[in-house]
Amino acid sequence: MFDSLSQRLSGVLDSIRGQGRLTEEQVATASRELRMALLEADVALPVVRDFITRIKERAVGAEVTKSLTPGQQFLKVVQQELTATLGGESAPLNLRAQPPVVILMAGLQGSGKTTTTGKLARRLTEIDKKKVMVVSCDVYRPAAIEQLRVVAGQVGVACFPSSVGQKPGAIADAALAEARKQFMDVLIVDTAGRTTIDAEMMAEIAALHQQLKPAETLFVVDSMTGQDAANTAKAFSEAVALTGVVLTKVDGDSRGGAALSVRQVTGKPIKFLGVGEKSDKLEVFHPDRIANRILGQGDMLSLIEETTRKVDQDKAAKLVEKLKKNKRFDLDDFRDQMAQMQNMGSMESLLDKLPGGAQMQAQLKSADAEKQVRRTMAILNSMTPQERRFPDLLKASRKRRIAKGSGVEVQQVNQLLRQFESTRDMMKKFAGGGMAKLMRGLGGRMPKGMLPPPR
Amino acid sequence: MTDTWFSKVRAKLNQGDSFLTRDLGTLFSGDTLDDDALELLEERLLLADAGVEATGTLIATLSSEIHHGRVRNEGQLREALRKALLEILLPVSTPLDIPPFIKPFIVFVVGVNGAGKTTTIGKLAHRYKSQGRKVMLAAGDTFRAAAVQQLTTWAERTGTPISAQGEGADSASVIFDAVQAARSRQLDVVIADTAGRLHTQGHLMEELRKIKRVLQKHDPYAPHEVLLVVDGTTGGNALVQAVQFHEAVGLTGLVITKLDGTAKGGIVLAIAKRLALPIRYVGVGEGIDDLRPFDARQYVDALMNTPETVT
Ligand SMILES: Nc1nc2c(ncn2[C@@H]2O[C@H](COP(=O)(O)OP(=O)(O)OP(=O)(O)O)[C@@H](O)[C@H]2O)c(=O)[nH]1
Ligand SMILES: Nc1nc2c(ncn2[C@@H]2O[C@H](COP(=O)(O)OP(=O)(O)OP(=O)(O)O)[C@@H](O)[C@H]2O)c(=O)[nH]1
Ligand SMILES: [Mg+2]
Ligand SMILES: [Mg+2]
Repeated sequence: MFDSLSQRLSGVLDSIRGQGRLTEEQVATASRELRMALLEADVALPVVRDFITRIKERAVGAEVTKSLTPGQQFLKVVQQELTATLGGESAPLNLRAQPPVVILMAGLQGSGKTTTTGKLARRLTEIDKKKVMVVSCDVYRPAAIEQLRVVAGQVGVACFPSSVGQKPGAIADAALAEARKQFMDVLIVDTAGRTTIDAEMMAEIAALHQQLKPAETLFVVDSMTGQDAANTAKAFSEAVALTGVVLTKVDGDSRGGAALSVRQVTGKPIKFLGVGEKSDKLEVFHPDRIANRILGQGDMLSLIEETTRKVDQDKAAKLVEKLKKNKRFDLDDFRDQMAQMQNMGSMESLLDKLPGGAQMQAQLKSADAEKQVRRTMAILNSMTPQERRFPDLLKASRKRRIAKGSGVEVQQVNQLLRQFESTRDMMKKFAGGGMAKLMRGLGGRMPKGMLPPPR
Repeated sequence: MTDTWFSKVRAKLNQGDSFLTRDLGTLFSGDTLDDDALELLEERLLLADAGVEATGTLIATLSSEIHHGRVRNEGQLREALRKALLEILLPVSTPLDIPPFIKPFIVFVVGVNGAGKTTTIGKLAHRYKSQGRKVMLAAGDTFRAAAVQQLTTWAERTGTPISAQGEGADSASVIFDAVQAARSRQLDVVIADTAGRLHTQGHLMEELRKIKRVLQKHDPYAPHEVLLVVDGTTGGNALVQAVQFHEAVGLTGLVITKLDGTAKGGIVLAIAKRLALPIRYVGVGEGIDDLRPFDARQYVDALMNTPETVT
């Protein structure tokens, strides 16, 4: 539905070539595309403006390296700045306080506070070996208290009983006293969802905060939130001193711009991601993952750079030379190419860097692809050097021998030869274009616009 | 009624001023429009989550009005904006009409997690009941902790019977049984709750299709209304949700919730621009009365903070 930023940029920037550094004009053009991309990803407008100002400062004059186009170089600056903005310092939960350490949950209606309370309780119990109690101060929403009771039961932590007739402040006091009595390490306080213009409810959470003096006050925000994320985050951080953010429902396909808005507005780290409804679906925040998601793509840049680095430049250059001198592309060259593909590392590590959709598609094929490269190598190795140099020698009896030697059917030897021939034809076509075109030939599975241009 | 709903939405949408048209007058110098005027309006629409597409259309329309010299002052710009907004919203402003001859009329409620499905069902039950209809609720969310209790509380609050089997039961059979019970008791409306699910979860979307198939054993035309509940604070993903749920179960209407917060609910524009799906109701609070039929004119008035509807 959306164009990734890299697609947008390659459209406007990659026709401009030759400069060693990004010019002001290029950056201005690219910034307009960036603005649209960020807005489409639901980053709040004031945050977009701010971010673009910073990008402009950093990008003008940035050196365009050999392996990247100007568009890719700009994207790289954006990716780095975005990751840095989202990330900041790595931020575990702060449990350095007199036990019971209190964690207060806050956020809009339905953002995932109660579910996240259960997930945190489980994590603290299982990983941090803490004794955890939870309590619900949501005396408003039907069955909210019951929901937390069930969730606590599922993850096996104590749940301090509360009821609809009580005041949230009284519940919190009683729970804290009980947690102290039972020598709990952590008390997690779930609260009702509230809109920020509900003054009474905002005063209520401020009072709870003052009374509980929590070590952590976590703002729980739905990753699908739009422009309002900035307003809401601001209002909550003004009412209570937030210490961190939990971004929920990241298992969906929202672009997640709210992450940037909230991070920027509150200045507080995103500590966890909710990636499912079940209690184990809580992940430590990875800024690069969310950055790529906001930009609408996987980590294509490091994929390109990695590929460029891993392809043996010398061998590739020699091959180009050879083809230029009108020598033939033979099965030895083909074998070199296959070896390079194996070199690039397991398909899976490359696939990790592709954007979601492409990743899924490719994963289906990847198992096959790797097996196929291995089989191709086995067949090639069963040939004599002479056969590899003069493929025309390969008649029926030789093919049968090779098939036997590599444990395949003759059919598959034929298949390989057809593959070789089409590669040879492709090589002939690219012979004039040098390294970049060769790369493009090798990396046929990469999305359009993502490979370096011929130089 | 109209007055309270209107002023409530207006007050809440605008927080005292209209985000969209506030200080519109300052954009004019003499009788020419300031260059920045459209850019400012564009930003305000984007800030309301109207999305890049709907915003683009609106701005293009206004820009052409200006270039043809039809917009020269604030009043004309307001009028042009109102017209452009209505052009998008009027076609999707069709109230849900429950004909008396379909019995029970089955309302199937779907949506992503935490959008407001269960709460909306409580409000709908209250609404239909006060219209003199006999309503039954079906506790089709058999997955989330205490989802059944939550709906049960709403059933008690509205004095509506509920059909439930508890957590872990098969959602389709719960809803099927509810319809069976409603039929034998001659009830008018069955409203079926379902567990929240993200549209990316293929197996859960398949479950919705199954529920629909099972319901069609009762009546080949059931469910008679398939409502998607969308959280009004959602950004661009709202459109993706609408498209995906529509593909899976064939939606017949939308409910946009949580418009009582600071979210401007511009997704109404984004969705209306893309899909020809009626927006049936908007949610403006957590109370039993905080649900209103969607009315394009009132909505535009609320957006623009105009005291009266000009037709
Ligand atoms: N897919 C998915 N669903 C989630 C996630 N976190 C929470 N949910 C679901 O979102 C819905 C709302 O979650 P709750 O934990 O009840 O949210 P809340 O903030 O406590 O809601 P209120 O108390 O009503 O304000 C439930 O259906 C949860 O199962 C997540 O990370 N992924
Ligand atoms: N302010 C406000 N809150 C609302 C509105 N509609 C629902 N809510 C609140 O949003 C939260 C989630 O509502 P639910 O009805 O539980 O949502 P749901 O879609 O059934 O959630 P799941 O079943 O967990 O997927 C609750 O706290 C509701 O009180 C509304 O119009 N305005
Ligand atoms: Mg809750
Ligand atoms: Mg529900």
